[in-house]
Amino acid sequence: MNKLFVEASPHIRSPRTTKNIMLDVIIALCPALVASIVIFGYKAAVLTAVCVASCVLFEFLFNKIVKKPGTVSDLSAIVTGMLLSFNLPVDLPIYMAVIGCFVAIVIVKCLFGGIGQNFANPAITARIVLMLSFTAAMTTWAEPLAWFKGTTDAVSTATPLGVISSGEGTLPSLLDMLLGVRGGCLGETCIAALLLGGIYLICRGVIRPITPICFIGTVALLSFFKGGFDIEYVAYQVMGGGLILGAFFMATDYSTTPITDKGKVIFAIGCGVITFLIREFANYPEGVSFSILVMNCLTPLIDRFTSAKPFGAIVPKKEGKKE
Amino acid sequence: MSKLHSVRLPHFSASAEQSTRKIPAPEVVAISMAQHIGAPCEPCIAVGDKVKIGQKIGDSEAFMSAPVHASISGVVKEIKDVMNVFGRLCKTVVIENDNKNEMFEGLEPPKCDTREDFIKAVRESGAIGLGGAGFPTHVKLGFDKNKVKIDYLLLNGAECEPYITSDYRELMENSDNVLAGIDLIMKKLEIPNAIIGIEEDKLAAIDKLTKLAVRYPNIKVQKLPGAYPQGAEKVLVHSLTGRVVQEGKLPSDVGCVVMNVSTAGFIYGYIKTGVPLVRRRITIDGNIVNNPANFFIPVGTLLHSIVGFADVRKQPDRIVLGGPMMGSCAFDPDTPLGKTNNAVLLFADTVEQTPTNCIRCGRCVRACAANLMPTELEQAFDARDVKELQRLKVNLCMNCGACSFVCPAKRNLAEKNQLAKDFLRAATAPKK
Repeated sequence: MNKLFVEASPHIRSPRTTKNIMLDVIIALCPALVASIVIFGYKAAVLTAVCVASCVLFEFLFNKIVKKPGTVSDLSAIVTGMLLSFNLPVDLPIYMAVIGCFVAIVIVKCLFGGIGQNFANPAITARIVLMLSFTAAMTTWAEPLAWFKGTTDAVSTATPLGVISSGEGTLPSLLDMLLGVRGGCLGETCIAALLLGGIYLICRGVIRPITPICFIGTVALLSFFKGGFDIEYVAYQVMGGGLILGAFFMATDYSTTPITDKGKVIFAIGCGVITFLIREFANYPEGVSFSILVMNCLTPLIDRFTSAKPFGAIVPKKEGKKE
Repeated sequence: MSKLHSVRLPHFSASAEQSTRKIPAPEVVAISMAQHIGAPCEPCIAVGDKVKIGQKIGDSEAFMSAPVHASISGVVKEIKDVMNVFGRLCKTVVIENDNKNEMFEGLEPPKCDTREDFIKAVRESGAIGLGGAGFPTHVKLGFDKNKVKIDYLLLNGAECEPYITSDYRELMENSDNVLAGIDLIMKKLEIPNAIIGIEEDKLAAIDKLTKLAVRYPNIKVQKLPGAYPQGAEKVLVHSLTGRVVQEGKLPSDVGCVVMNVSTAGFIYGYIKTGVPLVRRRITIDGNIVNNPANFFIPVGTLLHSIVGFADVRKQPDRIVLGGPMMGSCAFDPDTPLGKTNNAVLLFADTVEQTPTNCIRCGRCVRACAANLMPTELEQAFDARDVKELQRLKVNLCMNCGACSFVCPAKRNLAEKNQLAKDFLRAATAPKK
């Protein structure tokens, strides 16, 4: 007889792997990528390619330099690259995007121990770093469908939330909002494509629907009251900015959000409230990134308080503080 | 009634519709004196003795113990220490087959007029739980009726592990005895109700038992969801009665006695014929087995007799004794099979899985029937954090393996939990 394998039980494993989860996320991001190329032209494809390539390269080099086993094959760096590019304006200079990738992969992810170990969402943190470092470039929004309209020069436009916030400019129609024909970061505009990807992730069991429902629901509800029960206002708040992208793809990141459903609800509602507060009361017209980062920081605390109660467990009564 | 977490598993139940066959009589059997948890037996025969089927060859004075009987007729060749799959050395009686197939003369239906007689008879039969855990049956049935009031006898026919179909075959082939056994136990122990729980994928068994159970007004057949680990004792009690067995308690504390359907079937057979537990039904399956089916094997059959007999496409590189979720890997082809063994699974083309970083996806948390947090338990164990392990209640892990099964990073969470339990036991043991 051959040599026998000996292992601890169980002896069968589910076909789900980290790699195929990441592949599902990549697939889910593809509709929005295609939409962004249609809306903003080939430059969207270039920026995404640069981000993906530099994220993968940074992770590869980091692991080589610190002599850790390679983790590039788990595809998570590709996801980070895509998400980061989705959070950038299409005309952002390439070198800035590469700096963003460095922040995301090296500082936020790898230095904390790589996949699963980072406490903050790499793409979100990188976006915020870029936002604070290169504010002008990060808030220059290209005109949608410029290639189609024949406008050759980069014409700057405003985002819908910018319009609402400043009261200047014209709002795109709700249909345009849904299709993504509006100013904004390259991957956040096409709501229809993002929803398609989000639904795919839910159907594949990659993300729990509770997070986007609570996040978007909270923003919608608060806007509903703030806007004087105006459904149209709610629609702009929900479809504007990066809410849909953030709620489906970044607030559902495994590493940086609570592990239990109860925790996810608290996290998502927290994100919704902070997003609303920033949008309404702060200088920024947009608050999704900041809200997710703040809630990322609170995640260990939420996890602590939403720890599952074991079945049939007898929880000892607190015996004062004797120690 | 809140629903417990569970996982959906592939069934691989190709062996289900084949009638149970016999394997060719093995030339030699090695019967371990430790067939179950609790105290091992002491051999009561000597090397050179001639033994016949059903003759008692080992017994013990201890409470948590059931005697062991010869499973073939022949000569005791030696009594030696053999390492079982858990790595423990156990005294083992090796019997060489004389191929005469003689039954021991003293076998006759036991006297069981009173409750005490009945429990004594069950002990003498060598009965232990045939589902896999192997708790001595007479201990389970011997509850103190002045202290606990048992109102349910729960029959475990969930058979929730993939591949294994031996309980299903018992339900299909021995249904009358199973029901009669249940009825007998209920009468002797004055238990008013019985529920047979069968997983929803075993429709034929549910139909058959439901039809036959019409004769017994107090025996009910209940369909269980096909969700692993449905057959775990606490989960079964919860599914069938809604009762919660608390930490450190037994089903009897909430008025239930849980027993495997095959055990009930066996007990009835024993009371009628007096033939003790000398053979059992096992499933032979696995990814290289051509005709998966169930077989009756004498207790103590050596693993290599099974492997040699099985119709396989190629040489196995991994042999699992028991189910793929909770069974153990055999490391020695000479391992003898015991009373608790319900399956031999032969696999080839095993790919070693390397664990990668936990991605905190929470699948293990949503898979755990005990509602534990396997990923946090792993961290606590890695840090050897006694307090945290206690807070997270690692002691409630039933080692069903669901957490490791679902883990996309292929981390060995269930294994870590077992190590953590041992660590915690050692760390909290009173210092000498």
